[in-house]
Amino acid sequence: MEEIYAKFVSQKISKTRWRPVPAGSLQTAETFATGSWDNEENRVSLWSIGDFGNLDSDGGFEGDHQLLCDIKHHGDVMDLQFFDQERIVAASSTGSVTLFLHHPNNQTLSVGQQWTAAHYHTSPGSLSCRSAPCTGVVCSNPEIVTVGEDGRINLFRADHKEAVRTIDNADSSTLHAVTFLRTPEILTVNSIGQLKIWDFRQQGNEPSQILSLTGDRVPLHCVDRHPNQQHVVATGGQDGMLSIWDVRQGTMPVSLLKAHEAEMWEVHFHPSNPDHLFTCSEDGSLWHWDASTDAPEKSSLFHEGGRSSIFLFHSISNQANVHQSVISSWLSTDPAKDRIEITSLLPNRTLSVNSLDVLGPCLVCGTDAEAIYVTRQLFS
Amino acid sequence: MAERRGPCGIGGFGPAGSTGGARAGSSLATGAEPEARARSFGGPANSRWLRLGAMEELDGEPTVTLIPGVNSSKKQMCFDWGPGEMLVCETSFNKKEKSETVPGCPVIYIIRKDVDVYSQILRKLFNESHGIFVGLQRIEEELTGKSRKAHHFIFCRLVRVSKNYRSVIRACMEEMHQVAIAAKDPACSRQFSSQVSILSAMELIWNLCEILFIEVAPAGPLLLHLLDWVRLHVCEVDNLLADVLGSENPRKHESFWKLVTILVLQGRLDEARQMLSKEADSSPTSAGMCRILGDLMRTMPVLSPGTTQTLTELELKWQHWHEECERHLQDGTFASSPHLESLCKIMLGDEAALLEQKELLNNWYHFLVTRLLYSHPTVKPIDLHFYAQSSLDLFLGGESSPEPLDNILMAAFEFDIHQVIKECSIALSNWWFVAHLTDLLDHCKLLQSHNLYFGSNMREFLLLEYASGLFAHHSLWQLGVDYFDYCPELGRVSLELHIERIPLSTEQKALKVLRICEQRQMTEQVRSICKILAMKAVRNNRLGSALSWSIRAKDAAFATLVSDRFLRDYCERGCFSDLDLIDNLGPAMMLSDRLTFLGKYREFHRLYGEKRFVDAASLLLSLMTSQIAPRSFWMTLLTDALPLLEQKQVIFSAEQTYELMRCLEDLTSGRPVHGEPDAQRLQDDDIETTKVEMLRLALARNLARAIIKEGSLEGS
Repeated sequence: MEEIYAKFVSQKISKTRWRPVPAGSLQTAETFATGSWDNEENRVSLWSIGDFGNLDSDGGFEGDHQLLCDIKHHGDVMDLQFFDQERIVAASSTGSVTLFLHHPNNQTLSVGQQWTAAHYHTSPGSLSCRSAPCTGVVCSNPEIVTVGEDGRINLFRADHKEAVRTIDNADSSTLHAVTFLRTPEILTVNSIGQLKIWDFRQQGNEPSQILSLTGDRVPLHCVDRHPNQQHVVATGGQDGMLSIWDVRQGTMPVSLLKAHEAEMWEVHFHPSNPDHLFTCSEDGSLWHWDASTDAPEKSSLFHEGGRSSIFLFHSISNQANVHQSVISSWLSTDPAKDRIEITSLLPNRTLSVNSLDVLGPCLVCGTDAEAIYVTRQLFS
Repeated sequence: MAERRGPCGIGGFGPAGSTGGARAGSSLATGAEPEARARSFGGPANSRWLRLGAMEELDGEPTVTLIPGVNSSKKQMCFDWGPGEMLVCETSFNKKEKSETVPGCPVIYIIRKDVDVYSQILRKLFNESHGIFVGLQRIEEELTGKSRKAHHFIFCRLVRVSKNYRSVIRACMEEMHQVAIAAKDPACSRQFSSQVSILSAMELIWNLCEILFIEVAPAGPLLLHLLDWVRLHVCEVDNLLADVLGSENPRKHESFWKLVTILVLQGRLDEARQMLSKEADSSPTSAGMCRILGDLMRTMPVLSPGTTQTLTELELKWQHWHEECERHLQDGTFASSPHLESLCKIMLGDEAALLEQKELLNNWYHFLVTRLLYSHPTVKPIDLHFYAQSSLDLFLGGESSPEPLDNILMAAFEFDIHQVIKECSIALSNWWFVAHLTDLLDHCKLLQSHNLYFGSNMREFLLLEYASGLFAHHSLWQLGVDYFDYCPELGRVSLELHIERIPLSTEQKALKVLRICEQRQMTEQVRSICKILAMKAVRNNRLGSALSWSIRAKDAAFATLVSDRFLRDYCERGCFSDLDLIDNLGPAMMLSDRLTFLGKYREFHRLYGEKRFVDAASLLLSLMTSQIAPRSFWMTLLTDALPLLEQKQVIFSAEQTYELMRCLEDLTSGRPVHGEPDAQRLQDDDIETTKVEMLRLALARNLARAIIKEGSLEGS
């Protein structure tokens, strides 16, 4: 079992994000950002797991992460993304979207650009607006896309004061998360179990494609796209189910995996090792899913603290029309390969694990029990 | 009304304050309704429980809480209890019953009981201990199937849990200490330092309770534990040791003898011997004496855990050693060195010699342990209180009276658990300590079901009180849930009471609250949360969201209301909004008739759009004949039938046409006759009449065509 360090930080953590390492560099992750929620005063903070002047090599300081700097944030931090090395975009429950600048020389954060009232409700019969929480944000330099409880999609550019494009009433229910599919296309998930693909090249307020879970309209809370195979998408739902989708075909998920016991708040493919997937949930668990085919002696057993129990796993057979040269291990429906090893990464169940992020061998997650967990040896 | 919140300002209502909460309340609330006290939610907020045995008297004078900005001598105050807070405001009544109405102070004060909850550093204590607490509650669950070794297993786990709690306190204390040092503002620094001393006292008490109540150390090991306890809490010696050893010539260091004395007082004889050998090396005159004293130190019999040595053997050996020391002292072996002689006296347990070292002993419990070490090393737990009491008396020597901490420790030495908890409740400024300690002791089966005259037992009472404090906090409320879960009697109702008061600022937060309620089958709360969210969504014109929430709450009435809004919007705009939801209703459509109608009506439009006219027509008709469609909507439905009636091919059969006609006649005949028609109504009526005429015409024509078609088909 990997060593995992916990630090209590006196604020409930809603989001954790690694700072991206410069492309092509051999650096490993060493800085991450966190956002808090439900505090009287919320903050966006930057932390470092790097060694501080080589504090004793055998002492307790080694694994601890240290606060670099922080800044007040108005409202709950609903989502957080690194725009680039120095800039962080935060989505607020007050409906505003803020671009924070990090100044590495004097270790401070400042507000670079702010779009207030990016998300709002219009009341019937009056012209006044009420702010609506912005629930998700995704960046692809120079573009920033935000979604909110108001069912609105905004497209911002870092250097523009106004939204470049707004789709009002894009969704009748709450949009929970957004991600880029291909450059002009985004993918949103909503609270009635639908996955919608939007193409910014098209005018109008209609999605180019709608995919949905059948029947129960279970809300989807998170979405992530396979880093290499852009048609493979993973989502997590209110019932804790992990769904894998192939957006090129069908309107239903390729497979549904029974996972957590409560809301799955985040799902992430490993950016450079996408056979690995990570999920976290309201039930206080953090799981590592390993679907790599090269791992020897695979069994579909679920490991948790030495005990193992049979893992329930079924997939909706959709294989009739799958003809590809390269089949992703996540889309594979060959029963022999249908084996995913799952490891629970947190030693004890605590309160909700709200967010996680992976980069290289490092993982960070934040919980409602006001702790940040970091491990630097994911694959050891 | 402005709201003024005082995280530290208005504090002071710690458990100590609420000891006499009722009295403090009434002094604040001259003339306020007397029921306010009685209404204080079933007892728990009212802390009269502390008068466990003697109901007559209060345990201490209630502290008076002064609220800045309120002049209670001029104005009468009123107050009301909340679950964890109290609201206080000025009334517009004057004390001297003059009826001049001065505009009152437009402020409501929130008085919080548990101020420590608001400390940033203590938050770590609360969060980290929450995990330990939950783990402790699950010990019994894990135990099923291990009945054989169960007893020992539980014992080890309980000791470990206790140590974990202590290490969390220590970690918190260390951080608080760092902050106190770093603080620039002296007042601030003082405040942190006082917190450090409170935490340190908490750890001291907990540690003693762990030794006496949880580990239940028998004679022999008991003393070893107590020694560790003293060494852990009187730790200045380590700095001194490093200081002396680090100096060029340790023997010449001004604190050399002080250090050696402290080491002996703490029973760290090996280290003391090493220091003595330094002295012996450099001063040939005292070398002999040092060696003899060193030998005495080395040969002092101690209980080594793991050996089969019996207590009687140890006592015999110890007696022998003691006599040898005594002989050396009487022979005047150390007469030429006052330092060595005093050390020898200490090792003989000489009370006078020990009391001379009052400064170095710091406190009476150190004195007690040193005294026991050198005079009664095999003290039995049952005799402890006797030595403790006499040590306290000797040490204080009538100069000062015992402080709260002394009383608490004394109660522990007397094995009076209830007294310990009671004293702690009075002395400490938060519920964390007593709640967790009591819970742990309860798991050790040490608290006989001590039922209070209200509510539940003491453990539950303290946990409820602590959890209520957490719920009063802006963001620690999530921790409180688990504490309520483990209060079998009143936990559930308390949770229900508190959870409804959590503000639902975002849907995500609402989902978390919902999850808590759903896991505990709190259907009433689930319904109310969904309803609040649905209502919010309607107000924000988010009909799709509103409908989703009312479906989740299975709230038929609200679903009807939202469906009506959808239909109204349709009538106004001629098109549906939120199709993504309405098209995917599925079985949820059955929730209310109106929702079914909405879904079916939308289905009609889809069929029509797909040019499946026959299906569309029969669906449309069935909506009216089955009475699903509200009567007010029939005209719209009939109008929708018009284009179908005008199609080239016959769509409505003769029978269906008759049905349609019946519907139309039902609708027109049932219409009330207006009294005094105004211009607008006349115009409306005009349109309506034209519509009806058109419909009648279309129906008649369709009927004719249908009869011909059906007749010819039958004929062929």
